Amino acid sequence: MDLSYSAEDEEFRARLRKWLGEVLPGLPAKPSADDWPGRRAYDLGWQRLLYDAGYAGLHWSVDAGGRGATPTRHLIFLEETEKAGAPYVGANFVGLLHAGPTIAAEGSARQRARWLPPVLRGEEVWCQGFSEPDAGSDLASLRTRAWRDGDDYVVSGSKIWTSHAEVADWCELLVRTDAQAPKHRGITWLAMPMDAPGITVRPLRTLAGSAEFAEVFLDEVRVPVANRVGEENDGWRVTMVTLSFERGTAFVGEVVACRRVLGELAREARKNGRWDDVPLRRRLGRLNAEFRALWRLTQWNVSESERGGGVPGVGGSVFKLRYSQARQELYDAAAEVLGPEALDLGREWTVDRLSSLSYTIAAGTSQIQRNIVAERILGLPKGR
Amino acid sequence: MDFQLTDDQRALRAGVRELLVRRFGRERLRAAVGPGGGGSAGRRAVGGLDRALWRELGEAGFFALRLPEERGGVGLGLPEAVLAFEEAGRALLPGPLVATHLAAGEVPGAATGTCVVAAVDGSLVEWLDEADVVRGDVGGAVALRSVDPLTPLHRVPRAAPPDPVAALLTAAEQLGSAAWTCALAVQHARTREQFGQPIGAFQAVKHLCSEMLVRVEVARAAVYAAAVTGDPLDIAAARLLADEAAERGARDCLQVHGGMGFTWESDVHLHLKRAWSRARRGEGAAAAEEALAEDLLTSAARSGA
Repeated sequence: MDLSYSAEDEEFRARLRKWLGEVLPGLPAKPSADDWPGRRAYDLGWQRLLYDAGYAGLHWSVDAGGRGATPTRHLIFLEETEKAGAPYVGANFVGLLHAGPTIAAEGSARQRARWLPPVLRGEEVWCQGFSEPDAGSDLASLRTRAWRDGDDYVVSGSKIWTSHAEVADWCELLVRTDAQAPKHRGITWLAMPMDAPGITVRPLRTLAGSAEFAEVFLDEVRVPVANRVGEENDGWRVTMVTLSFERGTAFVGEVVACRRVLGELAREARKNGRWDDVPLRRRLGRLNAEFRALWRLTQWNVSESERGGGVPGVGGSVFKLRYSQARQELYDAAAEVLGPEALDLGREWTVDRLSSLSYTIAAGTSQIQRNIVAERILGLPKGR
Repeated sequence: MDFQLTDDQRALRAGVRELLVRRFGRERLRAAVGPGGGGSAGRRAVGGLDRALWRELGEAGFFALRLPEERGGVGLGLPEAVLAFEEAGRALLPGPLVATHLAAGEVPGAATGTCVVAAVDGSLVEWLDEADVVRGDVGGAVALRSVDPLTPLHRVPRAAPPDPVAALLTAAEQLGSAAWTCALAVQHARTREQFGQPIGAFQAVKHLCSEMLVRVEVARAAVYAAAVTGDPLDIAAARLLADEAAERGARDCLQVHGGMGFTWESDVHLHLKRAWSRARRGEGAAAAEEALAEDLLTSAARSGA
């Protein structure tokens, strides 16, 4: 058990800090949440800076164009960028964290050459067309259909919860190509160009008031067969290769951010007198224990994946279950600290409290995660 | 960074587990607890300490684990001690383990297990009457009818000052207990059938078990990290999470066992009662929470944010 970083890792950290110190003051002003073209330009601009400095695709393999960094280096990168207040991955999320790694693992040489470099260079944005109105937790029951017509697939159906759809160049799309086969064996993975005729994007307003997601309607959209990654009807396996949390690092930046918020909460409570409320103060102390432990669990999972050759484990489900709950408890405590101002949307924590409600739902609900933990780690029988 | 067990640490853990399975397996545990039952249930005197086992633990290096080699010890550190105490918690090993371990090198015979050392921890003393040496002020000690059949307790009027290492080793025992009750619940859920299938196929049961594991793994990361850093705040955090994992784990394990979990014959209540008693050691949860709250103010000030 060793929590100290090697001299090389510390050198990497120091270089990164220095670079962040130089580059962050020169960033343009952050665009407003509703300014989608502005957000796209801002996020791609940041990715380009990372690329030029040699930090793009840090955790991607070298033959995919990445830096082949160890999980520990990736952890340091995410920790330091968050601490420095660098931009989030934003519009580059799907490209860097899901579609890209999927293409790197399952795509042909030609597909990798076409799609991977623009993601790393900050030139193209990907979105994800997986969930459907009737296929949420039961994703494999998706019904968006695709049928062959010459060298194209023709796709009809609808997708939901698609982030950045308004400004994406590509959509990693799961479609049903065999309606007779068992549900997991009739799915195909396609890269759909978002400028193809027949695509309608409708923003989906969340309870927080912002339009972070969209619904995507597909009416006989033509997608070249050459855009299929993997074999026809093998799309479920293709997707699952990367649909687990990246090497335990999925929430590194967020845990760092939560710890900062917790410190801010304590100071706010001290300022407004709520600090004298013993149960509230103790609650903040317990949250400190919680987030310290979540940071240690992150380090544990990263070390585990480093030993295992970078393969993500089911430990991600354990982490996500606890973290999503802790994040909600953090912002509930924030509301207690704020008092009446917890009802003021002008307070950042009020909006963050609303957003925290999605954490136990997105990327696998807590109920689904508990099934995964029970069946795949504890070995309990599969339910019906 | 390599925050995983080394090969030596794995071997040490396996060695302690093997020793405890051999010398303090389930039959020995149940013999120590006694049959309960009859009019004397819960009222019978607690059985004595197994001194032969105590000496064997001493010979195996359980108490001298952190004592330097030149002083006759094993020369290992807190992480190894935590692994050994985790196994003790898993096996529900009785006796003043923490007090004797902490006395190694200071009280003659403690390191070798020839001397049983008890100590005031918080406002309680475990195994006062069985101990050869008692550390701390036990003036005015009053015997309790201990809820834990394997831990005789006295209450003392003057609490001992907190010892972070004692708190960490206690947290390690809680962790071991939590891991074991999780395993016990899963084993029962796999084999017990109702409505024509193992109860572990029902999501209500499955989710109880998953939450038990989550608490164990979060506590494990906190306890092991605290063992590496030795930092009092890391230890305070570890203690809160390990207490929670052990107490709630034992309760959920009892729930999964249904009516059988409520019987004396089941082992679940032994884990729950011990977890309750360990959670009363040291300063208690409130002090740990206050220290961690205070840390939020001071660490924010330090970082200049």
